[in-house]
Amino acid sequence: MNTLATLAPRRFRPGFWTGVFVILFLAFCAVTIIRYTKGLGAVTNLSDQFPWGLWIGFDLLCGVGLAAGAFTLTAVVHLFNLKRFEPIVRPTILTGFLGYAFVIVALLLDLGQPWRIWHAIVYWNTHSVMFEVAWCVMLYTTVLAVEFAPVVLERFGFHAPARLIHQLITPLVILGVILSTLHQSSLGSLYLIVPSKLHPLWYSPMLPLHFYISAIGAGIGMIILESYLSKRAFHHHLEMDLLEPLARGMVVALGIYGLMRLQGIARNHAFGTITNLSYEGRMFLIEFTLGVVLPVILMSFRRLRTNQDWLVGGAFLAVLGFVMNRLNVSITGMEAASGTRYLPSAMEIIVSLGLVGTGMAVFAFAVRNFSIFPEGPVAGRPKEPAVGA
Amino acid sequence: MGMGLLFDATRCIGCGACSSACKEQNKLPGKVEEVLTAYTWTTVQEKEGLNVRRLCMHCEVPTCASVCPVGALTKTPEGPVVYDAERCMGCRYCMMACPFEIPKYQWDRPVPVVGKCILCAGRLKEGKPTACAEACPAEATIFGKKEDLIWEARTRIRQKPGAYVDHIYGLTEAGGTSVLMISNVSFDKLGLKTNLPGEPPAMKTWQVLSNIPDFVAVWAVFLYGVHWITARREVVAKAGTNGNGGHGQGNGREDRS
Repeated sequence: MNTLATLAPRRFRPGFWTGVFVILFLAFCAVTIIRYTKGLGAVTNLSDQFPWGLWIGFDLLCGVGLAAGAFTLTAVVHLFNLKRFEPIVRPTILTGFLGYAFVIVALLLDLGQPWRIWHAIVYWNTHSVMFEVAWCVMLYTTVLAVEFAPVVLERFGFHAPARLIHQLITPLVILGVILSTLHQSSLGSLYLIVPSKLHPLWYSPMLPLHFYISAIGAGIGMIILESYLSKRAFHHHLEMDLLEPLARGMVVALGIYGLMRLQGIARNHAFGTITNLSYEGRMFLIEFTLGVVLPVILMSFRRLRTNQDWLVGGAFLAVLGFVMNRLNVSITGMEAASGTRYLPSAMEIIVSLGLVGTGMAVFAFAVRNFSIFPEGPVAGRPKEPAVGA
Repeated sequence: MGMGLLFDATRCIGCGACSSACKEQNKLPGKVEEVLTAYTWTTVQEKEGLNVRRLCMHCEVPTCASVCPVGALTKTPEGPVVYDAERCMGCRYCMMACPFEIPKYQWDRPVPVVGKCILCAGRLKEGKPTACAEACPAEATIFGKKEDLIWEARTRIRQKPGAYVDHIYGLTEAGGTSVLMISNVSFDKLGLKTNLPGEPPAMKTWQVLSNIPDFVAVWAVFLYGVHWITARREVVAKAGTNGNGGHGQGNGREDRS
């Protein structure tokens, strides 16, 4: 790569979305200050009856889950040796890393005493799923950082360490896949301990497997979505020939997951709570129809998979269904047992949106300044309309 | 088995001496509240014309202790489930997981900790009963060795047939607890959870967690195996094309195929 050319400053023109992001970010900072000075009660709708809310249900569970594209695709390329997918590995690893960074920031806000986060390293309780979660977050974030490091190292001309990482890629990818398998499933295991609290539409002894497989499906959905979004933002072409077979993989993952969910509900004899259209039943129907049934049916047709709009639509549904599932497990399914209703406060939502916005801004910055896509650093072309304009 | 408490709902007069004594003993700020909070570790609620105490049940295999990532909650041999505020990071998994919904949080403080009954662990070490049991004027809450308390509860139920529901709450719930309750009204009407498994919930996660070392080993071998096969296939494929195009002479592999 021509270093001099890529080191030249990239064109950045603030538009509508930049403004939205700046306002959101300032609001996020304000909430953060209140949270650390007045306590969690001042900014959240959390209570003794409902101790885990949006920051766990969305920021943590979805942030980790949607980062699953990284381990899936690195396994496909480096372990299954399907090298043709290599061009989309870098943006996927970047998404994974940003997803985990997002989770860590969210944890720093959600933990009552975040300055003690290192206690998980010092005080061990191997009987705790949360202990497993903590270690997986730490180790896998490190693995993702190392996997992404060559992009940064090469950009600044440090080729020797980048080559070393390339040589170690196989053990690194295997480590990443193992940690991800443990981590994705452990988020489901977190809820194994509440058989008397979580609604039977979602509780199952197979929860770890549900979480793992649905994360693979949604992780692939994220790869497609993020390719589409960066195509729109940076006018770089959509690799339809790569995304179409990925969508096929998504159908398989979602199909297996859907069957497992139905089996779990049958085992709990909970179909009655769907047919009587209870609150939980309605939420389940929306989640399962939009997020599993519809994308599986749509993406089974080759004609729709090869059509860009349908492909992106199918991926969007899978991601949406995934987010709804995690929110249903962590919020909807826990409400009846808690005896209360929980709705996130405006400030909780601001934090989550602010984090999503920051993630997207960092992604855009990285795409402009590093070789994330095969064509190298990309800038919005001045002659075409800017994003959101 | 350790020490414990026996609460008899038919004897409780609802005076609240236990809650006040608890506040004083543990130096908890504010008035006694109607529900448990981080500052009210025990309270008396009126249900079905009876008075029923709310407090930590002190499980034999505590769910809270099993889920705490830093081991801030522990079961002591004397019976109490105690909390180390210096270790706690505030993940609140204990609150989420507790089948009795006991641990509460200081939502109003910038440096919050969990609050829950610790069965006066300090007093127990000195050989004293809990503050609540000592304060109770009606002997509705009595303190003693758990086996003696079970014996006492069984005797009361047997001696007055019909005066009690034939069940000691806490004997099997969530694997058994150090706090036991008897009543003449079914326990769900007193607001107690009656859908709890007899097996400690902690076992459900341990079944998964205990398999992790084996799983990691098998998964690592499998993944490396996949890599080895696909990489080898590529090498073989390359060798095959070289053999054909390069010199036109057959090798063993071609002969077989």
